[in-house]
Amino acid sequence: MSSETISGPILTSDGIPLKVSLKKAERINKIRAFLLVLPLLAFILITFIIPIGDMLSRSVDDRYINTVFPKTFEVYKKWDKKGLPSEEVFKTMFLEIGEAKGFKIGKASTRMNYSKSGWKSLIKKSQRKFKKIKEGPYKDKMIAVDKRWGDPIYWKALGEMVDPTTFGYYLNAVDLKYDSNKEIIAQPENRRIYIHTWIKTFKVSLLVTIFTLMLGYPIAYLLATLPLKYSNLLMICVLLPFWTSLLVRTVAWMIILQQKGVFNNLMVMAGLIADENRWKLMYNETGTIIVMTQILLPFMVLPLYSVMKTISPSYMKAALNLGASPLHAFWKVYMPNSIPGISAGGLLVFIIAIGYFITPELVGGKDGQMIGNWIAYHLKTTLNWGLCAALGSVLLAVMLVFYWLYNKIIGVENIKLG
Amino acid sequence: MPQKDSFVKFENVDKSYDGEVLVVKGLNLDIPQGEFLTMLGPSGSGKTTTLMMLAGFETPTSGEIYLEGEPISSIPPYKRGIGMVFQNYALFPHMTVNENLAFPLEVRKLPKAEIDEKVHKALSMVELQDFGTRMPMQLSGGQQQRVALARALVFEPRLVLMDEPLGALDKKLREQMQYEIKHIHENIGITVVYVTHDQSEALTMSNRIAVFNDGKIQQISTPDVLYEKPDNSFVAQFIGENNQIRGKVKSVNGKNCVVVTDNGDEIVSLKINVNSVGDSSLLSLRPERVWVNAEKGNYENSFDAKVEELIYLGDHVRTRVNVCGNNQFIVKIPNSSDHSDLKEGASVKLSWKAEDTRALDFKA
Repeated sequence: MSSETISGPILTSDGIPLKVSLKKAERINKIRAFLLVLPLLAFILITFIIPIGDMLSRSVDDRYINTVFPKTFEVYKKWDKKGLPSEEVFKTMFLEIGEAKGFKIGKASTRMNYSKSGWKSLIKKSQRKFKKIKEGPYKDKMIAVDKRWGDPIYWKALGEMVDPTTFGYYLNAVDLKYDSNKEIIAQPENRRIYIHTWIKTFKVSLLVTIFTLMLGYPIAYLLATLPLKYSNLLMICVLLPFWTSLLVRTVAWMIILQQKGVFNNLMVMAGLIADENRWKLMYNETGTIIVMTQILLPFMVLPLYSVMKTISPSYMKAALNLGASPLHAFWKVYMPNSIPGISAGGLLVFIIAIGYFITPELVGGKDGQMIGNWIAYHLKTTLNWGLCAALGSVLLAVMLVFYWLYNKIIGVENIKLG
Repeated sequence: MPQKDSFVKFENVDKSYDGEVLVVKGLNLDIPQGEFLTMLGPSGSGKTTTLMMLAGFETPTSGEIYLEGEPISSIPPYKRGIGMVFQNYALFPHMTVNENLAFPLEVRKLPKAEIDEKVHKALSMVELQDFGTRMPMQLSGGQQQRVALARALVFEPRLVLMDEPLGALDKKLREQMQYEIKHIHENIGITVVYVTHDQSEALTMSNRIAVFNDGKIQQISTPDVLYEKPDNSFVAQFIGENNQIRGKVKSVNGKNCVVVTDNGDEIVSLKINVNSVGDSSLLSLRPERVWVNAEKGNYENSFDAKVEELIYLGDHVRTRVNVCGNNQFIVKIPNSSDHSDLKEGASVKLSWKAEDTRALDFKA
């Protein structure tokens, strides 16, 4: 037992225990602090945390189809997956297609189409023709309507929808799928698009990070070491892009980079390249990298600058004084002290780049598309939100892995924005 | 041509940053080997610029600096072999104490064993043997200061420069470090050029002090001469406490002169840098060289004074009196039984010698 417990709690002069008194005194401050952050907290909760939760749940959510075919799936579960299902399965399927409202069956058939293409047209056709069928046996009559009803592949494909959750979207996001026996297999060669895009996304993000670092480091160094009157002007030049719309900047790049654009014209005029061999700087990966490097440059320069500003110029002087050549002094003394800025800038640029989508959309062409473009495509065009959510969740998970790795190797406490 | 016996020589060195103002004007300075020279002056007096020119971080606008007879203006700082202790130590924050100390040795490509030995020796010198694996941030200010000192000495430079190295320490630690630096200097006999604006620091440590003001050396001499025989009114005011009496030279008599104060008192004083009768002069007199109600003695000057204020300071009583028309005149009276009856408002007789009264130039 410690001496404190023997002598009892410390009391204030009016006899109230010190801890109670302290709590009371601090409560009002705590309440005030909470009220100050409350609006932002609510905003973030509503616009950020909840949507992310929604996204995560959508990526595995398979309940909808279960609300359209509850009875079918109930009897389907008893099927031994050999040959064709029993008459009972056919019957409930027939009845539930008939009962369901048009939009409901449409949405469900879209989902069924993700597992086996053909389902959507089959349902659509059957919906019309089933009206003529008045009574059983349904099996043969359904197969007569469309012989796909007699193909076990279609029936087996339903297997992955029976559970209210599915990993199908995630598998799809990395070019895998369930086969008809619910085994995980690779997509056929001609349908593999995402792995390739993921690799490209990481490659482009990494290159953009490296290029912004290479271009931004000297600028940041100059900014941090120049006298204030010059560095202010330079700072304005660095921040200028922030004052211009992202779209305007991207379009300006399109004017510069296209084959009959400013850059190629100048090069041809200078006789450096032949007119027929104009460089393809746009509508490919090169264009994406060039434009993203320019657009993300300030995100590298600013953290670098704010860290470099804190590096005392006397470190370099001391290193020179101790006999190190300027290059050696820079490498051994200045650079290690700027690592927090490099990490902060690098992580920031990489995170922004990995989810970038407007610039690749406009200048990337077919070759320069990144994963963000696929997410946007499925979100707006195919309306496959499950796949969107899965792609987004993978992106989030990859980011967290990177963050974790970064923390392991360099340490998050080394990030400094000033 | 530089003299053989001057280890460091500044020859007519000028420095200007903007082409309009000279920060250092026509500086000539000789530093013999093994000397502890302090450059003392208020901020903006050119002392740090002078040090930086010696280190190689600034280049003289004109003139030349010689180190061991060799002109060094065109030699980059990293080839000069001069150690330096910076104002805020400039210890590399990402290296341990050992790595900091090994840095200048690794740059010089010394073998590993020799590096270890020298680092250990340097750390022992500043009594931090057990701190080699710590990071600089984990050390106290005084310890960081010692590491910086050890690092500046570990590669056995020809010369060590110190730019207000004790400025960030508290008073007690500062005094302790002053003695330590002084002892290290005495033990290894290295030439030290030290910059400070703290006159007591300069007096404690230096062989010689160069008092800087306005880009020029006002006086360069040993601490005792500077204190007791200032050449001009700036030095008299800057070093130590000092009573000033304004007046005009009435007559000159050999090495002495008589100065008449504004209220007509005639003070016999030593003629330092006043030239002729009628010149304005500022008399400089140290507070401890004034005697209160002295017994008959050999005092050329004796005046009636009125005690204005008594400040008890333990070992002495600081007494402000009104004498010769100056009511800011300070007398330091030792705390002994002789003067225990002194009261504010009392009339006393003050006496001092002509040789303690220095008639200096007066700049309005």
